[in-house]
Amino acid sequence: MAQRKIKVLVAKPGLDGHDRGAKTVATVLRDHGMEVVYTGLHQTPEMIAEVALQEDVDVVGLSILSGAHMSLFPRVRKELEVRGMGHVLLTGGGIIPAEDMAELEKEGFTRLFGPGTRTDDIAEWIQTAVEKSRASEGV
Amino acid sequence: MKDSRAAAAPPVVPVDAKARWSAAMEKARLRDAEFTTVSGVPLEPVYGPDDVATDFERDLGWPGEFPFTRGVHASMYRGRLWTMRQFAGFGTASQTNERFKFLLDHGQTGLSVAFDFPTLMGYDSDHAHSIGEVGQVGVAISSLEDMETLMGGIPMDRVSTSMTINGPAPILLAFYIACGEKQGVDPTKLRGTVQNDILKEFQAQHAWLVPPDPALRMITDTMAYCSEHVPQWNTISISGYHIREAGSTAAQELAFTLANGMEYVRRGVAAGMDVDTFAPRLSFFFDSHLDFFEEICKFRAARRIWARKMRDVYGAEDPRSWMIRFHTQTAGVTLTAQQPENNIVRTALEALAAVIGGTQSLHTNSMDETLSLPTEKAVKIALRTQQVLAEESEVAHVADPLAGSYFIEAQTNRLERDAEAYFGEIDRRGGVVPCIEAGYIQREIHRSAVEYQRAVERGRKRVVGVNCYVEDREAHPDIELHRIDPAVEKEQGARLASLRQRRDGNRAQSALDDVREACRDGGNLLERFIAAAHAYCTLGEIGAVLREEFGEYVEPKIL
Repeated sequence: MAQRKIKVLVAKPGLDGHDRGAKTVATVLRDHGMEVVYTGLHQTPEMIAEVALQEDVDVVGLSILSGAHMSLFPRVRKELEVRGMGHVLLTGGGIIPAEDMAELEKEGFTRLFGPGTRTDDIAEWIQTAVEKSRASEGV
Repeated sequence: MKDSRAAAAPPVVPVDAKARWSAAMEKARLRDAEFTTVSGVPLEPVYGPDDVATDFERDLGWPGEFPFTRGVHASMYRGRLWTMRQFAGFGTASQTNERFKFLLDHGQTGLSVAFDFPTLMGYDSDHAHSIGEVGQVGVAISSLEDMETLMGGIPMDRVSTSMTINGPAPILLAFYIACGEKQGVDPTKLRGTVQNDILKEFQAQHAWLVPPDPALRMITDTMAYCSEHVPQWNTISISGYHIREAGSTAAQELAFTLANGMEYVRRGVAAGMDVDTFAPRLSFFFDSHLDFFEEICKFRAARRIWARKMRDVYGAEDPRSWMIRFHTQTAGVTLTAQQPENNIVRTALEALAAVIGGTQSLHTNSMDETLSLPTEKAVKIALRTQQVLAEESEVAHVADPLAGSYFIEAQTNRLERDAEAYFGEIDRRGGVVPCIEAGYIQREIHRSAVEYQRAVERGRKRVVGVNCYVEDREAHPDIELHRIDPAVEKEQGARLASLRQRRDGNRAQSALDDVREACRDGGNLLERFIAAAHAYCTLGEIGAVLREEFGEYVEPKIL
């Protein structure tokens, strides 16, 4: 049986208007055969989790270049858990200092990507991570 | 001085030289399959007279003379150097006030305020949407009281201030005017710029308050009020910077920025103003990217296009209405997180292009800005980069020094043609606002951003430290980071709560009612904002009235 397409929600939490990276990544993931939903700008953590639930996504990718990552990333995770979406693969990127990335990765953000990342690397990483988690769930 | 050898010597170039050159090029082994500008435009290996149909008097002329290709001032930098204006702002008003004083003490000649996202979006620091964002990317200014702290000890009649704010621009300008009045400075003495360019917000930068039509009305209100009461203020800075940073090409930056400029001119005229009453106060803001020659040509083309449009299409008669005066910032997107010290070199090249391109003021980015807000040390190096250019390189002595180069003139002409093609397309689609609502401009920018990213990832476009000359060390080296204390948010919240207690509540309410009434009856909004500022109404309170009256903007989906 054919594998279900990987479904990714690319989201812009907070007031940050810098969407070049988010939209570029969304386009590249689509080129890699994934189904991509882009939230648009200025989303609250609640709005993002709600879309993730409605769309039943495998992955949520957050993009933040506003410095608000230490506040917004954990709030999105909490809202996902509240909606029973704790299993979703959480990732993201933006202007995030290395030590903050390390701390967020410890808190369950599997992997975060900084400036200069190859978008193909992000796509390949998602592909592998989702396949691994599907295999472990026996999907 | 004529070269006396020219007449006597025999021709040194044999007549069949061009054919021989072509043949040699056919055979030559080249290091790449294609050679393009950073915007992806193919380049010839060399340019000659056949590539240029430039007429000196018509297309170039003299500095300070129509069509201003060569600069807007007759004496250019011999008269006065460009203004060195570093964009700064973070944390609380008092922290930013200290940074301003530091920059002024080190020879900076103008202030430039960076606001945080809540302020940019018209929310107070204690609004639910502001959590985690207060003071992060700029300074939090929620009221006249914050503005008074920001400008404390800085003589407002002697410093020019640029404020990067758009959706709520007239409200922040009202805080500034009211703050000046409290310092005893008459509005006629205030000098500066408010970015106030909402069209590019919808296209690229995305910090808006209300939908396009009411937003444009607030802009024409600002132009009308300032032309009478704050005559030295630049009421708008029509910005290509954010369009470029969002991923556009040089030609798109040029075209969309000037198309926006023309839209503001049409709106001003439609609001009943004579074009020459407001056009001299329009200013512009461009990016300076890494393609040295293409950028210089972009600046030259911008001046020539604007001059022609303003004189020949919009009927402006005052030569000051024909001139594009512009600020430039080096390209943030060209900075790399890998080997960040290299960013000093990138920024220096971009700054040199801006100076040769004849900019009126310049911000040079700091090397650490892909990691966090800049540290004091990094900011000082960035400022010193400009000072080295100004004081040591001797490049500022001659206006438009590259004019007459076949390559430069061909590229300048090419950019003008590309921009004209976009103007035609925008017209066919009904104008700038319908193009925004349909997502056309946003989609064009996005397409270019993706193409650029692919070029980097395929190795067609090389970036030192990213896809060549890569070092093993992890992306983030031992570089000091400038962090914002989370306490800033709590302090700001407490200050606002106390302000709401201390102020005259009735006076504040009645000032807000006046704003609401002006939204409905067409009264000048800036005038009401100034009264509301004096009554210590907050940014968020005024913004809420505008959102209630005018509605909120919903961006079109382009993906």
